[in-house]
Amino acid sequence: MRARVFIAALLFSLASLVAAPVLAEPGDFTEKLDIGISTDEIAITSDFRGADLTIFGAIDGFDGNILAQGKYNIVVALEGPKDNATVRRKERVFGIWINTKSMTFELVPESYSLSSTRDIETIAPTGDMNSMGIGVDHMRLTPTGYIGDGSNLSEFRDAFRRARENSGVYQRDPGGVQFISSSLFKASVRLPADVPNGVHVVRAYLFRDGMFVAAKALPLRVVKTGIEQAITRAAHESPFLYGILAVLLAVITGWLASVVFRRD
Amino acid sequence: MTVYLPIAELSVNIFIILGMGAAVGFLSGMFGVGGGFLITPLLIFYNIPPVVAVATGANQVVASSISGAITHFRRGTIDIKLGTVLLCGGLAGATVGVWIFSFLRRVGQLDLVISLMYVLLLGTVGTLMLVESISALRKASKNQVGTLRRPGQHNWVHRLPLKMRFKKSKIYLSVIPVVALGFGIGILTSVMGVGGGFIMVPAMIYLLRIPTNVVIGTSLFQIIFVSAYTVIVQASTNYSVDIVLAFVLMIAGVIGAQYGVRVGQRLRGEQLRALLALLVLAVGLRLAVELVIPPKEIYTVVSAGLGF
Repeated sequence: MRARVFIAALLFSLASLVAAPVLAEPGDFTEKLDIGISTDEIAITSDFRGADLTIFGAIDGFDGNILAQGKYNIVVALEGPKDNATVRRKERVFGIWINTKSMTFELVPESYSLSSTRDIETIAPTGDMNSMGIGVDHMRLTPTGYIGDGSNLSEFRDAFRRARENSGVYQRDPGGVQFISSSLFKASVRLPADVPNGVHVVRAYLFRDGMFVAAKALPLRVVKTGIEQAITRAAHESPFLYGILAVLLAVITGWLASVVFRRD
Repeated sequence: MTVYLPIAELSVNIFIILGMGAAVGFLSGMFGVGGGFLITPLLIFYNIPPVVAVATGANQVVASSISGAITHFRRGTIDIKLGTVLLCGGLAGATVGVWIFSFLRRVGQLDLVISLMYVLLLGTVGTLMLVESISALRKASKNQVGTLRRPGQHNWVHRLPLKMRFKKSKIYLSVIPVVALGFGIGILTSVMGVGGGFIMVPAMIYLLRIPTNVVIGTSLFQIIFVSAYTVIVQASTNYSVDIVLAFVLMIAGVIGAQYGVRVGQRLRGEQLRALLALLVLAVGLRLAVELVIPPKEIYTVVSAGLGF
């Protein structure tokens, strides 16, 4: 019974995740976008050092002229699970560097890999990218709680993007989407080495001559496997037993040492 | 060869961790200290998140104090009754300490407070030890017999109420300072990941006037339980005990300690204390420098779920 409720909740959260983006209203376009990935679940072993995920897609009902002129552009993003993130700023207080100001952004993806036919800044106007939240620079970063007069909002946003890009969990590849035939395309997005566990969403967007046409989303579960993952799961799911196990390990090690090296 | 630490969430070179554990184990065997106050800062220098370093340090302390306490138990140099009274204070202190720890982590000041406390503690203890050992070395070179202050004289501690008789230690002492001492060390154990022996032992000798022969065994006895309790509580509230890291450290540590003991027996007491004092000061200084130099990036990002 509980398992069933859990699955229902999972399905619901999957559905809401996929339905989440508020997209610009598509106009009277005939084009449709279809994408596919070979699996909806990726098992990552403990020696994982990052990999590329290939996504195939096709434009249906395309206009041959526009295609020939290369005016169709595609953006594919792999968004990691969302969580609140706090940015803290250090300042010198009495000669010591101390975290003084902080800002928390609401439900930002833990990882984000973007791949496109060309630099997304040249695909559509900045305003459209902002409203759809496509790309690291346009991602919605909504602060929560008291932020004062908001004068340092952009400073904290920039710091957040910089930190995530430097650590490699936010990536962009402005040549990662390639047409393999007239309307068939292949996109490769990067899974970073420390790709977070959980439900990721592959989102694909089709633009025609700078206008947003269609979007498609698919869920992708990332499951880490191996001994390290089992340890992490134990530490978070049965922390008390895990603590006892850690102590037992220490007791046995200490006791063995005193037996092995006994000199009196 | 690298090994992935699941809780710290980073890959480390196993030989560096083994070397660290062995070196600290060697020093702890040589000087007769637990080594928690060295292992935690070393882990922080090696980029292990302080949250994980503290909780894992406490786990390593359990292993090193167990093997020490077993030796003392065989020799009969543990005052179980005194240790239990200390332990009552210690468990209460560790509970408060974990609460402080979680609070500091929530407001983003944990790393700072850990570093500051280490600088303060290592600086004070290192300086006191250095001054004491240098004056002892001077006296020894003048061929004078060093006069260690004899326990036995009474001070204000012995005028407190709620007295209890501790047969093994052959003292009649108020439980208030004993519980208070345990409480204070308990806080340090959970906030800093130290056993606290290097504060407890001098406090027991000079403040409580407990006979030297039972002091080390008794302090080890209570450190086992307080640090074990801290590990369990840290694991339950902060999920920050890295069992892989702890295991590598304790294996290397207990082996290193055996060789440390052998070397320690060949050196003279005041030389040993002067060396330890210099080491303690060096670690404290390194942490102090870290606090003062401008960081490369003044912004840090923490995610709510992961926490570090």
